[in-house]
Amino acid sequence: MSHLQDRVRASLQASRRWHIAEIVFWLIALGSFWAFPRHLLLMNEIAILALFALSLDLILGFAGIVSLGHAAFLGLGAYAAGLLAKNGMGDPVLGLVFAMVVSGFAGLLSSPLIVKGNDLTRLMVTLGVVLILHEIANSWASLTGGADGLQGITINPVLGLFAFDLFGKTAYLYSLSVLFVLFLVARRMMNSPFGLSLRAIRDNQLRAAASGVPPSQRLALAYTIAAAYAGAAGALLAQTSQFVSLDVLDFHRSADVMLVLIIGGPGYLYGGMIGAVVFKFLQDTIAAFTPQYWMFWIGLFLVLFVLRGRSLIHGGVKLFMTRLPWLSGRGRS
Amino acid sequence: MSAVLQTRNLVKTFGGITATDDITFSLEKGARHALIGPNGAGKTTFVNLLTGVLQPTAGAVILNGEDITTLSREARVKRGMARTFQINQLFATMTPLQMIALVTSERLGYGLRAFNVLDHDPRVIEQTADILARFRLEDIMNETIASLPYGKQRQVEIASTFAAQPSVLLLDEPAAGVPEAERRELLDIVAALPADVSVLLIEHDMDIIFRFATRITVLVNGRVLADGDPVSIARDPAVREAYLGEESHA
Repeated sequence: MSHLQDRVRASLQASRRWHIAEIVFWLIALGSFWAFPRHLLLMNEIAILALFALSLDLILGFAGIVSLGHAAFLGLGAYAAGLLAKNGMGDPVLGLVFAMVVSGFAGLLSSPLIVKGNDLTRLMVTLGVVLILHEIANSWASLTGGADGLQGITINPVLGLFAFDLFGKTAYLYSLSVLFVLFLVARRMMNSPFGLSLRAIRDNQLRAAASGVPPSQRLALAYTIAAAYAGAAGALLAQTSQFVSLDVLDFHRSADVMLVLIIGGPGYLYGGMIGAVVFKFLQDTIAAFTPQYWMFWIGLFLVLFVLRGRSLIHGGVKLFMTRLPWLSGRGRS
Repeated sequence: MSAVLQTRNLVKTFGGITATDDITFSLEKGARHALIGPNGAGKTTFVNLLTGVLQPTAGAVILNGEDITTLSREARVKRGMARTFQINQLFATMTPLQMIALVTSERLGYGLRAFNVLDHDPRVIEQTADILARFRLEDIMNETIASLPYGKQRQVEIASTFAAQPSVLLLDEPAAGVPEAERRELLDIVAALPADVSVLLIEHDMDIIFRFATRITVLVNGRVLADGDPVSIARDPAVREAYLGEESHA
């Protein structure tokens, strides 16, 4: 009997053990700082998009909530951090926390709109919310700068030590650090009883309720956390560019982040990060090659990818893992 | 014996149709009680009223002396009423181990702990292992549920329900859809449920009913037609007329 208990404990531990590929992933992300010194600004954008996609993964991949308006929380976070800095409080970490609180609170307030209802109503409601926010930001020019954007933001050095520079050195390391810390928190949460209950709701809401899981409460919490994460991405965007424009609330932001997550695959935390690398790399390469028509090519890629390539790429990753068992850590047990 | 689950004058209407028509019902402690009736008799509606999927038009549901008529589904689970579904409702991407650990952690009230991990809690480990052993799931505990054969999935369904430590267990056609080869093991598991758990069995299969039930309630057209021990139900002419027809098991 106690032998079975040991096996149960071992199985539960195995699901949260660090995979060697994860360590390699983060080492590459850090190593890129020295490897590609001329692309730090692009890498900073990738890190921010990755955090935004991680935030969407928390609700889409883990809780099964679809959203076409996730930019609402990105935008709120960006304006919150930007306005705080504009009003003399330029400490980046303070701005980051403030943006997370503002966006998280907005997530909590709007969560009743999405916890009930089906996928279609969720798509429409989330889209509606971001359209409303976009119009508010546009009209309230005295606060947000309207269509001209929020200008005159000055950000202090990170921790009072590392000033932001033109090449994106500080920006990349700052964004990557925030991404890593928030990733660690998310990883811990998704392996907790709370995270497991989100998966339960995503898998089968009927059984979740019949197992004593209150779906509305858990979905509202997940939505709040995801909103705070999106707010952090918004803060990074505002702080590292020292500018906030209406573009942060644009529809394409919500659409892009969903594409990013679908490219990388939802539900295992790394999808958003891998997707962000692929998406930004494609965008950058195609735009350099054909600046006017890059949208055409990325559109074509996405159509083909969703129809065929997704299974090819994800199948390829799986095959890679099974061919190299030492890499997946299975050889040890 | 005392009643653990009761309904008083329970009524549910859908538009002009009365699906549940003034049902007063009582499940005794430790009972093996079968709820039977022809298709459309209102068995499913009745179970949905008991478990909180539907709200009754009138009447009350009482669990262990407490009026639970307006409580949510999950609140009823916390108070000791759990159910299986006619068609398996499982967490397809999880393993049996994870599913049972989840139900256990919810029962212990850990559901909001976002920074704990399950394997640090000895009670989760102990109780999960206990359920896996009792329902003979040790060998498949790390398989993905979606990949298991239907009969095994049925075992997981019953085991995960049992992990909520219910005082009242509603089994909705536990053997439905299970192939003949896996049926025996499943029925043995149902037979081995502890005596202090009160079981309400919603069933079509007469062999199962007469094997397990110590008491039978017959529903017809949303009403209780008859209620009693299996022998008297089998002899009841009204039941034979309305439900059993010529096919007698007495």
